[in-house]
Amino acid sequence: MSHELGIDPPVAAATEPARQRQQAETTRTHVWIRFLLRRTTRMIISMFIIVTVAFFVVRMSGGDPVRDALGPTAPMALVEQRRAELGLDAPLLNQYLHYLFGLLQGDLGSSFITGQSVSSVVAERLPKTLALGFIAVVVVLIVAIPLGLIIAVLTQNGRRRLTEFSFSGLTGLFLSIPEYLLAVGLVVLFGIMWPVLPIAGSDSAAAYVLPVIALGAASSALIARIARVEGLKVLGQDYMRTARSKRLPKTTLYFKHALPNMLTAVLTLGGTTLGGLVAATALVEQVFNWPGLGYTLIQSISARDYNVVVGVAVVYATLIIVINLMVDVLLAALDRRTALLEI
Amino acid sequence: MRPRFLRTIFSSPLRAFASLALLALIVIAVIGPAIWGVEGDTPNPTTLNAPPGGDHIAGTDALGRDVLARVLAAGQISLLMALSATAIGVVLGTLLGAVPVVLGRRSQRILASVLSTWMAFPVLLVALFITILLGPGTVTAVIAMGLTMTPSFGRFMQTLAAEIESADYVVAGRMLGIRRGRLFRRYILPNISEPVLVYVTISIGNALLAMSALSFLGLGVQAPNYDWGRMLGDALPNVYTSPWAALIPGIAIVFAGITFGLAGEALASLSRNRGGAARPPRGVPTPQSPSAMETSATRLNQGNESNTEAHLVSGRSLDGEPLLSVRHLSVHYPTSDGWVSPVRDVSLTINRGEIVGVVGESGSGKSVTSMAINRLITNPGQVQARQLSFDGIDLLGIKEKDLRAKLGSRIATIFQDPMTYLNPALRIGTQLTEVLEGRSTRAEARERAIAGLKELRMTKPAERLNQFPAELSGGMRQRVLIAMAQIADADLIIADEPTTALDMTVQHHVLAALRKRCRENGSSALVVSHDIGVLVELCTRLVVMYAGRIVEEISVEQLLRQGPAHPYTEALLASLPTLETPVDKPLVTLPGQPPHPGETFSGCAMAPRCPFSTDECRTVLPQLELVRPATKAACLHPRNHAIASTERQNLDIA
Ligand code: SF4
Repeated sequence: MSHELGIDPPVAAATEPARQRQQAETTRTHVWIRFLLRRTTRMIISMFIIVTVAFFVVRMSGGDPVRDALGPTAPMALVEQRRAELGLDAPLLNQYLHYLFGLLQGDLGSSFITGQSVSSVVAERLPKTLALGFIAVVVVLIVAIPLGLIIAVLTQNGRRRLTEFSFSGLTGLFLSIPEYLLAVGLVVLFGIMWPVLPIAGSDSAAAYVLPVIALGAASSALIARIARVEGLKVLGQDYMRTARSKRLPKTTLYFKHALPNMLTAVLTLGGTTLGGLVAATALVEQVFNWPGLGYTLIQSISARDYNVVVGVAVVYATLIIVINLMVDVLLAALDRRTALLEI
Repeated sequence: MRPRFLRTIFSSPLRAFASLALLALIVIAVIGPAIWGVEGDTPNPTTLNAPPGGDHIAGTDALGRDVLARVLAAGQISLLMALSATAIGVVLGTLLGAVPVVLGRRSQRILASVLSTWMAFPVLLVALFITILLGPGTVTAVIAMGLTMTPSFGRFMQTLAAEIESADYVVAGRMLGIRRGRLFRRYILPNISEPVLVYVTISIGNALLAMSALSFLGLGVQAPNYDWGRMLGDALPNVYTSPWAALIPGIAIVFAGITFGLAGEALASLSRNRGGAARPPRGVPTPQSPSAMETSATRLNQGNESNTEAHLVSGRSLDGEPLLSVRHLSVHYPTSDGWVSPVRDVSLTINRGEIVGVVGESGSGKSVTSMAINRLITNPGQVQARQLSFDGIDLLGIKEKDLRAKLGSRIATIFQDPMTYLNPALRIGTQLTEVLEGRSTRAEARERAIAGLKELRMTKPAERLNQFPAELSGGMRQRVLIAMAQIADADLIIADEPTTALDMTVQHHVLAALRKRCRENGSSALVVSHDIGVLVELCTRLVVMYAGRIVEEISVEQLLRQGPAHPYTEALLASLPTLETPVDKPLVTLPGQPPHPGETFSGCAMAPRCPFSTDECRTVLPQLELVRPATKAACLHPRNHAIASTERQNLDIA
């Protein structure tokens, strides 16, 4: 007994930290799982609401899509037959349940006009939009945050008024130019007046340059402005003085010590603009004849191809929800205190 | 009234530009269709896609219509649509914002979550969707845009209402029993009208941009009518042959968008100014103040120069040059009401291997002095000195970019606040070892970091390296800061209150480690503290600061043997309950507060608090002079220990 007592404490002392650490780790994992579960549930609910709203909005809007699709000269019988084929003669609620059921199996119905299934349209077009949107988001983040930080460094303590003035002027300008307008401007500039870059299609890497700029400029301006303000805040912190006292290289000082501390605030304030960026593909694709989802959306709206409209709109909404979720996950991962995971 | 109004507008270029641009937009909107409408509508088959120039300044479109005339004529409908959409948004938004007042708490929360989900979707997508529901067309696009703007207005109104509810004047008004209607008209309305106006102005601009996008897609204005967005959309297919037909309406859209944005900013700046909030000082008035101060200080000290030089308190070390030499150092900061000088005319030397203590209350300038020595005072702070040299390096003249190469980490600072001086985003190990980067391998650096933490009695040092500051207690963080300075193998360690977060035993240990390091490596230290007891234990020489100046410089040996010469040092010592304090003396505590760094005095800064002050003290600035061996004091009536001892000596001789 006594010798057991004599041996016990050191063993306990040795395992205690390990156990504590393990415990801390499992709690963190648990928090993460709960966070993701909660977010996924919320996402599914939002999706359900969006699908429902989209379905009824489109079905209840005026016009006769089948008549439009077949043309005014088509005989009445043909129209009726087509209606029945598409299930449009059933009561609205039945149609809705049918649609929901199909959706669960990945069936978004088929185009009134071409008869092609909407999911295959999406499968064909989505990658192009995703590529454009993803590249634009990445470029915005990579360009805007360091740019804001660099301007913050240059203009701290009220130095370099001219730099500050040009920065706020330029970002202000880009914030006032809507994406589609910038797209047109870029086409005129780099496609017509000074033809150096492709302005239509998506076949080469160079073809991405102008659409990405058109999509990203406004968001970059906004995020760079936020990053400058947050950067100024961080540069004034005590720990930056510690870092300065070590005489570290400037890049280490700013990008290793300052940058991580401003990311959270920048993403919180600027994250929502990324969703807007993705939505703007609808317009920008139009200008660049980009064979993506946005192009399809606008075409199908004009053609009143309702199944395609609803399907594509739902996909767009999902994209935006996913982007917002990704920003939140990134924020939670950046956060050391796991406080954000509780939301 | 009128000239004043105009003066307000033209007092800033922003406001002047915004007003003129807005005026131009309004004029174009009002008279546009009447003047240019016909010309813009008339196709001319002889001038299809004519480039800009001649009769058509901005060229013609695919049907030969004058682009400029069309743009000017389309202004009305573009602006009207934006205005109507905003109006719908404001009215519905205000109603929506008022709803929670009627609803219960639960419904309030549901409404809030619906609103935030709604707002999570980009404006464009929502507007598109509502347009689909209502069918394309001018009116439906306006309604769609208005509905899209509604939730953000609702949110804005709600926030505003919440702010107003808790505002002082509303609470006071209620308590005074002012009727609700009157309260709203006289107090609330004037206060919310400005932010609402700013918000509405900016929203009109946003609405204009979004509506033009809808028209561009063919969902807004329908042919034969046209707004700027529609013109742009129609011109797009011919953008190769006649880009001007797309560019000119595009410029109009951007111009209108910027105008409303700037008008919003101008309004906001106007209300900020009127609010009378303290404006930040404009620019940094670098010229006169500090230099004037410096010259007067220089003049003042010219006479005493030889005096100060001749009587260095401690002897120079054998190799002559002191490690650090500071002469007549002053630090100035600009504030809204002039320059303040937290450090005034400080001279100080530190020899190799010496530990010097700087003691004083907070605000005495001791921390700022230590930062100036390590070149950590940044703009707008101004450092001035006759000399500031470290081991032959001129710290005053050296360029910021040469600091790394020339000085590196030869001066290390241990900062005061363990809670704010560690970077929350970096691991302890990274922060500890990064000074060694390029000097030793990663593994070596890690070993040294672990050894350093162990030396300071840190538990589980290896594990700490992987932790973040937030995971450590204040005392542990303070030891990390100390280890960070020690690992650099600096020649001079500046420690600013290094032990405030430590308990007594750890404190003793940490100080012992610091002393040992100085002895073994021959490095020097400058230890700043408010606790004279700690410094007496650690240092060989003490510098006492008060109101930005050195008031006494004394070797610890003299201090212990003879007591201090300056009344302030005496008070500091007396307020210390240690064994060294003579028990028979009453505990001296100083009444009052140390002066603010902005204050200026003609005499001794201590005078208001000093029990020995005379009228002379209030007019004559005492200089730091040798008052007895190894003791310099800036006091007109130094304490009489010295005199007592000289008298004793005289008696002995007699
Ligand atoms: S100069 Fe006068 S007021 Fe100042 S410390 Fe000496 S005795 Fe006191």
